[in-house]
Amino acid sequence: MTLLIEQCLNGLQFGLLLFLLAAGLTLVFGIMDLVNLAHGSLYMVGAYFAATFAAWTGSFVFGAVLALAATLVVGMTVEVIAMRRLYGRDHLDHVLGTFGLILFFDEAVRMIWGPVGISLPLPPWLNTSVQILPGFQYSAYRLAIIVVTLAAAAFLNVLVMHTRVGMLIRAGASNREMVGALGVNIKLLFTLVFGLGAALAGLAGLMQAPMLTAQIGMGENILILAFVITVIGGIGSIRGAFVAALFVGFVDTLGRAFFPDLMRLMLSKDAAATAAPALSSMLIYLLMAIVLVLRPEGLFPVNKR
Amino acid sequence: MSEPLLQVTDLAKRFDGIVATDHLSLSVAAGDLHAIIGPNGAGKTTLISQLSGQLMPDTGRIHFAGHDITGLPMYRRSRLGLARSFQITSLFLDLSVLDNVALAVQAHAGHSFRFWREARSEPELREPARAALQRVGLSERAEWPAFVLSHGEHRLIELAMALAGQPRMLLLDEPMAGLGPDESTRMVELLRALKEELTILLVEHDMEAVFALADRITVLVYGRVIASGAPANIRANAAVREAYLGEEEAGYG
Amino acid sequence: MSATFNVRNVVVRGLLIALLLLPVYVGLSGDRFVLTLFTRIIILALAATSLNLIIGNGGMMSFGHAAYLGIGGYAVGILAREGIFNGFVQWPVALGASALFALIVGALSLRTRGVHFIMITLAFAQMAYYVIAGIARYGGDDGLTIYRRSQFVAPLDLSSKTQFYYLCLALLYASIYLIWRLVNSRFGMVIQGARSNDLRMRAIGYPTYRYKLVCFVIAGTLCGLAGVLLANYTEFVSPSIMYWTRSGDLIIMVVLGGMGSVLGPLIGAVALLVLEELLSNITEYWQIILGPLLLLVVLFARGGVDGLLVKSSAKVRS
Repeated sequence: MTLLIEQCLNGLQFGLLLFLLAAGLTLVFGIMDLVNLAHGSLYMVGAYFAATFAAWTGSFVFGAVLALAATLVVGMTVEVIAMRRLYGRDHLDHVLGTFGLILFFDEAVRMIWGPVGISLPLPPWLNTSVQILPGFQYSAYRLAIIVVTLAAAAFLNVLVMHTRVGMLIRAGASNREMVGALGVNIKLLFTLVFGLGAALAGLAGLMQAPMLTAQIGMGENILILAFVITVIGGIGSIRGAFVAALFVGFVDTLGRAFFPDLMRLMLSKDAAATAAPALSSMLIYLLMAIVLVLRPEGLFPVNKR
Repeated sequence: MSEPLLQVTDLAKRFDGIVATDHLSLSVAAGDLHAIIGPNGAGKTTLISQLSGQLMPDTGRIHFAGHDITGLPMYRRSRLGLARSFQITSLFLDLSVLDNVALAVQAHAGHSFRFWREARSEPELREPARAALQRVGLSERAEWPAFVLSHGEHRLIELAMALAGQPRMLLLDEPMAGLGPDESTRMVELLRALKEELTILLVEHDMEAVFALADRITVLVYGRVIASGAPANIRANAAVREAYLGEEEAGYG
Repeated sequence: MSATFNVRNVVVRGLLIALLLLPVYVGLSGDRFVLTLFTRIIILALAATSLNLIIGNGGMMSFGHAAYLGIGGYAVGILAREGIFNGFVQWPVALGASALFALIVGALSLRTRGVHFIMITLAFAQMAYYVIAGIARYGGDDGLTIYRRSQFVAPLDLSSKTQFYYLCLALLYASIYLIWRLVNSRFGMVIQGARSNDLRMRAIGYPTYRYKLVCFVIAGTLCGLAGVLLANYTEFVSPSIMYWTRSGDLIIMVVLGGMGSVLGPLIGAVALLVLEELLSNITEYWQIILGPLLLLVVLFARGGVDGLLVKSSAKVRS
């Protein structure tokens, strides 16, 4: 039973982390109609910055804050230099151009930090477990992640739903040209939105770093999941991204935890040992394929005019 | 002529609460040029889309040449002889003018799962395509890439493509749209000549063209037919004048 | 392929002839490395050519094409592991498996468009990746060594580097020719029309879905063949060949070379891989140049190298 609760919490934590990543992606996609494969690179950069700044300053939190700021700067710089020229072009051009950026970032990171990943050790006050229920301990760090990501999600919600900027963002998601025609400084809005996406990605990266270590290629791995979530949730929809991210987080975590056992009940031990890991990994893609075939616009499509 | 070539019965289509087509019935006799007119938003393009198969109606039936085509996909209707031109020019801009029309011919020349022989050298495809281009007066431009031609010439390619499949009936959605005075005259003459061989359903705003060409006119307002009959009767119809021609009073009196 | 004498034709024909004569040069100079390098280039050019059929001609942007390299390769690898080295068994199985996978993926994916199509093809490729990586018996993540190349009938001996090179080259040239005929046939016109304006194609009477599906299967099968050759070449196959970024590498070759032109992918493969070799001798961080280079090509030279050659030919003529 405690295992189930633990896995559910893990699923929640993973889902929320994915949401941070997917939210940035879906925002950029929905508003600037830009397919950004290099989003994962910003996630990676956030992790590397955090590891480095934490080591320099000696403080985990301070390092994290600096990393967030640095990723924001990197994001906005990339937007001004490269992304601007891609707006309005074919999606194929986006895919190719941002793929080129992935190559660039991977190499740049390798040049600066070397080919081996770097770790980000947790400070003692986070590296413990907390008792949430009688007889049940849970990692304090994972709890912290849940808290921080929920706070970020709440912040995003307030920003998008209750501020002027947010209104422009929502308007831009359904009708880009109109927003421009209304005299809003579109260039600035786009830079800010991209920066916001970058910051969210960086936040996800730096929070993931202590658990997985910062390494080259971590972006490519998780980018796919973020895209899957964006597509399932509906492009441009933050609410869709939230629901889809939690869903994916749960399915993936619980799937990996319990699917092998389930398989062992149904098949022979050998067959289960062979099939289970493959099938658990496949689960999410299967899910996305089903959604795409049945409901291509996603679960919460944004009505485009 | 007993049975109409095209028979639309009680057609209806809603988009999220907006009624685009409101229990519309209409029939087009073979050999006629039947014009559909009406103010903007009357649902004319929606009607053409349902007739051609791009949209499916909510209720109602469409019969063409004795077949019930209501649920048929676009390519099947095309094969039955019902061809359509688009209001917004929709061509294969990166291919040559002749390629564009040849594709339309090829659609009606058996299946296209032929992988070896060069299509551009097949006389069964090229000859009818050249003939269609000659009909519309674009023979000299045959080898040019389509995107180079003017808007008016694009409308002519549109027409040539619609003709290439040897259709029995043409659905023309504002063929005069965006044409200058010379091009308009040319188009009207062309339609007058085509009228002798085909049945045509024409959606248009250009009243001069409509009254010059039409055998029958149907007037659409908010997706409903408010009048249908010979041009002289439509001109005299009070309801029509009020609903529609009244706007045009300044231009046509 | 006209008989006009211009810059582009000279370069392209020069390349085709040079590739034919390469082993002669190797024999004379003793530089075996060049033979190895160009064998790999030829095989990847075949993969890129198959991809161009659907991207450049068909307008179907598939981000999961590398999966077929894996399927073809693993068919050979798995059969070899089970003791079956006969090429006459291995190769048809590999091609059949690729065709089947393409049929299933295509049937489901071609119902979507644009970015959804990109994502769903990517997803299927990732699924294949995870399935293969999960099978411990065939090496899992570590990959599978192939102890003997595909066996055919004497005198064809794949373990001879020169013979293998010529086999790959022959298959590449044959494929390019077949695709050239395909693209200009009735079938090819339908595919081009569907790329240009799918809605219009359906309006004039084509059930475009089935044509695109057939095209997709042809492309997948051809890439499966490339996978077979690649597995024989490296005598090793691992799931990483199917990872989505490898599909990206193939797309780079196609775009760099020039989409839509039948020889573009070959030019792209040669350009990219030779560039890789040269740059990696200068610095181990050569990819840092490749990335922005790709971006620049996308922004300013969309026709790729072949496009530039055509443009420069036009200038020379006028």
